[in-house]
Parts: sequence; structure tokens; C-alpha cells
Amino acid sequence: MPKPLPTTVRTHFTALRVLLVLTVILGIAYPLLVTGISQVAFSEKANGSIVKSDGKEVGSSLLGQNYNLPKKNPDDAKEEAQPDPKWFQPRPSANNYAGDNSGASNLGPNSDDLLKAVNDRRAAVAEFDGVDPASVPADALTASGSSLDPHISVAYAKEQVNRVAKARNLSADTLNQLVGTYTEGRSLGFLGQEGVNVVLLNRALAEQK
Amino acid sequence: MGSTLAGWLQALALVGALALCYRPLGDYIAKLLTTTKHLRVERGIYKVIGVDGDADQRWPVYLRSVLAFSAVSVLFLYGLIRLQGYLLLNLGVPQMEGHQAWNTAISFVANTNWQSYAGESAMGHLAQMAGLAVQNFVSAAVGIAVVAALIRGFTRNRTDRVGNFWVDLVRINLRLLLPISIVFALVLAASGVIQNFHGFHEVATLSGEVQKIPGGPVASQEVIKLLGTNGGGFFNANSAHPFENPTGFSNLVEIFLLLVIPFALPRTFGRMVGDNRQGYAIVAVMGLFWIASTALITFAESQHQGTALQAAGAAMEGKEQRFGIAASGLFAASTTLTSTGAVNSFHDSYTPFGGGLTVFNMMLGEIAPGGTGSGLYGMLVLAIVAVFVAGLMVGRTPEYLGKKLGGREMKFASLYILTTPTIVLVGTGVAMALPGERAGMLNSGAHGFSEVLYAFTSAANNNGSAFGGITVNTDWYDTALGLAMIFGRLLPIVFVLALSGSLAQQQPVPATPGTLPTHKPLFVGLLSGVILIVVGLTYFPALALGPIAEGLSS
Repeated sequence: MPKPLPTTVRTHFTALRVLLVLTVILGIAYPLLVTGISQVAFSEKANGSIVKSDGKEVGSSLLGQNYNLPKKNPDDAKEEAQPDPKWFQPRPSANNYAGDNSGASNLGPNSDDLLKAVNDRRAAVAEFDGVDPASVPADALTASGSSLDPHISVAYAKEQVNRVAKARNLSADTLNQLVGTYTEGRSLGFLGQEGVNVVLLNRALAEQK
Repeated sequence: MGSTLAGWLQALALVGALALCYRPLGDYIAKLLTTTKHLRVERGIYKVIGVDGDADQRWPVYLRSVLAFSAVSVLFLYGLIRLQGYLLLNLGVPQMEGHQAWNTAISFVANTNWQSYAGESAMGHLAQMAGLAVQNFVSAAVGIAVVAALIRGFTRNRTDRVGNFWVDLVRINLRLLLPISIVFALVLAASGVIQNFHGFHEVATLSGEVQKIPGGPVASQEVIKLLGTNGGGFFNANSAHPFENPTGFSNLVEIFLLLVIPFALPRTFGRMVGDNRQGYAIVAVMGLFWIASTALITFAESQHQGTALQAAGAAMEGKEQRFGIAASGLFAASTTLTSTGAVNSFHDSYTPFGGGLTVFNMMLGEIAPGGTGSGLYGMLVLAIVAVFVAGLMVGRTPEYLGKKLGGREMKFASLYILTTPTIVLVGTGVAMALPGERAGMLNSGAHGFSEVLYAFTSAANNNGSAFGGITVNTDWYDTALGLAMIFGRLLPIVFVLALSGSLAQQQPVPATPGTLPTHKPLFVGLLSGVILIVVGLTYFPALALGPIAEGLSS
């Protein structure tokens, strides 16, 4: 008869068996169950709240995007992207709104790099929108945590109305109404902060004929 | 509605929800930790794993089981991450380096979820759900199991048995964590958190660019990331990512999830020791620190101190528009006081004092309310220290809940409170002495030092959040922080279980008029004072060099 295994070794075998059993329950069965129910009950949200325009998928209502002019030279990686005046512009992004690379700038409150970025953005945004630099709101000057923030403040949206109206030959009233339509208030009236969903607002612009 | 009023209302709603859960959830956990009845499925599991569900263990056996389970978990997870390329649903992610896989495996087993990798580019779906998310469940359960053993040390007399680890582990997962997770995963999915098995999905945007939309079983993992106070994001941006945390509502649900078990466990404690007032005293101390910290961080952020933030006009760098200052501050305080480490905004860009407070929260030792289980055992060790200090003042042998606190007990309590500061301060000191490691900082000056201090504080206290600018995916940081996490997790567990064994052996002493009542406001004040003094004296010099220096000079 073989000698019984030492206790320490047996404990590790027990541990391995528990881990495997729990992996099957918690790591396979549980996510499959939640996926199954979500795909039936809230399939649109479970699949990423995809937004379509003219029948084509153009993004997700939860993920912000760039609205830039086409590059003059597409092969020049150094060419800086220029914002397109025809669209409402989102917040600055530390990662250029890449869907596969979320994350923040992580620049500190006294960072010289951040200070310069904020000052440069203030000047550029004020010129682009034709407003007083002092009136540009903070969300237009700072990158979000995810770098995929789909929202801007109502103040920043209103600031852009005249510029977009001019570029598209639309009346400012029409655009102000659209901004109102896509302003999302606090959840349940008191959770979080109000914001304008830029992806949905711009999709609505695209569909204005 | 003004944002200040909305901010107060959401904090109030949170406190209300937590208060409603305190009794039923605490009582439920107490019942599942004390009942002798097994569910049929549990009996089946005990048969498969070859464990007698009715046999209790001595404390060294309980400890050996915890350690064996942790060791096997680290190896299993390491293997799973390294072999991802051969598994289903790997999304073609590149092979992870050995040092980073080791760091990640330890991080998730130690309930830390420090991430030196970025989720969307380094992890396939199977590694996330069958590797990382499983550890999110079981490492949380280990914490609760250990505190259960400690409480049994108080409730049991003249025995060497402190419970059965395998039974505690299985029950906590199946009866507590899994049911809550299923319900809230669906709540989150209903509010926009994704739950699918897709890879990246390319769309052409309105301006003609291509954007990659990520997929994944996120809702199921998001819930346990918070409920188990783990904090490891499916995506690099963690709970700031709109697919992890899409609305103000989901944000409050997530904060609720990360607080609900740690705040209910004092009830479990009171219930098990047969005096609910003991639980109220402990939860009062936890609540005081949590409320004070939330208010201070939110205030600091609303002042947006710092040259760059002053120029911007608000502390919105690293914060999401849909959350704003109040919902970000509430999350930051809660996540750093609970050892969760999930973030909905990036602490590196917080104001000097706001960011400094997030470091200070972790330095408190993750006890207010702390991680699942680990928060309560940390707080009970400090309660023991507080009772001891009070005993010294009047010159008598102190006792807590009828158990004498003699030399042996105080030795374990002292070792417990010395462990983490030693790891944090030695680790930070060594990193600062090495030029290559200093270069890992993104920001310069005092703020750069804070990044290093934050990293070691977060790792050793098993929080897992970061001043994320620092570059930590190097051989040195992956190794050093891995060691900080595993020792910061397991050494305190060794001391807590030893303490539990030592308490369980005692014959209880009857309370006398000279016994310090540990359920009155006096004790709440005493315990709070001990916490502040122990932490303050230990960490003040380090804080003075980092956040305080930066805050006073800007």
C-alpha cells in the first residue's frame, strides 16, 4: 500500500479542486447566465448601445468620437487634426477617442504640461467658436477620465451653436432646440451631472436635411 | 437643482440604502457563517473536493487552507494568463511578459487588483471571466472567511477550533456573492453596461474615421469587481469607461455595491457575539471616517487648487462630464476607504489635498469600512489596541468582549499594525533611492513622489488604485509591488488567525464595573483617536514630502 500523501500536499489538492469547481460555477456558468438574460432582455444595451445613421452603424451613444476635418496628407502621422466646424466638438481626449485604448492623461494639478495644454486649448477653442476666451467652460479644456466621454456641458454646447449654424446654414434656433433635445439631465433628477450627448446630437445634425 | 444640493442628495440616498441593508444583510451573513445546515449543492461540492463539511479546523489548519488556496490560485491564474494564446475568446492579445503575469496573478488573488496592464489590449474574454473575475469572487470570500474565524475566536471558549475554511469559502460564494451579483449584473446591463462576447467591432464614424467599439462580458465582472471590493477594471479606464459605468444611476449603484458588504459586516459581528450594540459602535467609527473623507475630498475638488486646474476653472481633468465633481469625490472616497481601488475619475489629476486624502484613506489600513472581511478584521485589531491603550491608562489587564488581552494577543495585534506601514515605507524608500525607478514618474517634484508613495500604499493595503501616471510595467515595479501585495495580504491574515486561535482558547472573564464598555460613544471616540494617532504618526513624514508639500506650495 502506498504511503498517504503529506497533509500539506493533500491540502493543496483540495484547494485545486475547490478552485476548479468554483471556476466552473462563477467563471463560466455565471457570466453565461447573465449574458443570456441580458441578450434577451436588453440586447441593444448589452451590445454597446450602437447608433445608426441612414441604416449604417456610426458609433455608440456611450462612446465619444472625433469630428475632425480629413487630413490634408493622410500618410503624415505628425499632421495635427483640425476640428470640423460643421460638427459639435467633444471634450479633449488623452487618447484621441480610440475605442481600444481608454484612459486618462494622469497629469497632476500643478503639471506644466497640463497648464500649457489648458491655455492652448482655451485660445484655440475661443478662436474656433468666436467667443471670449474667458467664457470657455472647463470641460472644453480638460480631458476626461476615460478619454471616451460622450458628453459636454450645456454651456460648451451652447457656445458652439453659432459656429455650427454658420457652417451648415441652419438657424441658431433649430440648433438650440436640438441641443435641448439631446441634453441628458441627472439620472432620477439628482444622480451625476447634466450633459449634452455629442454623438446623438451630431447624428441628429447629419439627419437634418 | 443646484449641483451642491444634488451632491448632498446622492450621498443621502446612498446612506439611506446602506442603512436599509445593514440589519437584513448583516443578519443574513451571520446566519450563513453559523448555521450547521448545508444546501444540497454544497454537499455535492464537499463530496467532489473531499471535505467533511461538519468538521471544524484548528487555526493552523484554517491558515494552511487559506495559504494553500492562495498559492494554487496564483499558479492557476498565472498559467491561464500566460497560456491565453491557446484559449478561446483570446481576441488575439499578445503574450504577457512573465513579470507582468506574475504581478497580475498575485494582484487578483490578494484582492488588490493593481493593474500594470490595460484590460482592453492585454486580456481576452476567457482570462477575464474565468481567471480574473473568479478571483474577484473568491478573494473577497477569503476576507470574509478570515474575519468569521476571528469573530469565532471571541464567541467560542476553551476550544482550538475556529471553523472550516472550505465550508466558509463555498457558502460565502454561493449564498452571498453569487446571488447579489446576478441581480445587480442585470441592473447594470439594463442601464447600459455591455454584456456580450464580441471582439472589437469597427464602425465608420460620421466624420469618416474608424472607431473600434469594444465588447466583452463586462456587467457580470463589473458587479463582483465592486461587491468584492476588488476594483480591477475590465477596461483600462475602469469605472470611468462608459461601458463599465454609463450613467449617474449606474455610478451610484456601483458605489453602493462596493460599500454594502463592508458596512453590513459590523452587524454580522454584533449578531455573532450576541450584542448588536458592539456592531453599532464599530459601524459608527467606520461611518465617521467615511463621511468626513467624502466631504473633505469633494470640498477639495470643488476648490480646484493647482496652477493647471485654476487655469481650467474646474478640476475636470480626468473626470467625466456625466459624473461631475460630487459623484467623482463620493466614488474616490469610497473606493480608497474600502480597498476597492476602482476609479470613476483619475486620482493623479486630483487637487493636491483631494489626491492626498485618497492616499491617506488607504494609509488608515482599509478599515473604514475597508475591504470585504479585511476591513472588519483590521478594525477589530485596532479596537483591541484601543482597549489595550485604555487599560494602560487605568492600570489593569484589558479585556474585549470577555476575552483577556494579554501579551500574546497584543503581540499579534502589534505585528498586524506594523506590517503594512513597513512594506509601504521601505518600498517607497527603496524606489526613491533607485534612479531608474524614480524615472518611472510621469509628474515631477512632490507630485512625482506622491505617485511612488501612492503605488506602494495601494499595493500593500490591497487597494489597487493608482496615481496612474507612473510607469509600473517594469521588471522592478512588477516584482516589488507584487511582493508588497502578497505580504500585505497574507501576513495580516496570519496574525489575525493566530489571534483568533489564541482568543478561542480562553475561558471568558465576567465583566466587572472596571470593564471598559465597548459599545458607548466614549469607545467610538477612543477608537477613532487611536486610528488617527497610529496612522498619523506612522505616515506623517511621508505625506509631508508628497501631497502636503504640493498643497502648501500651490
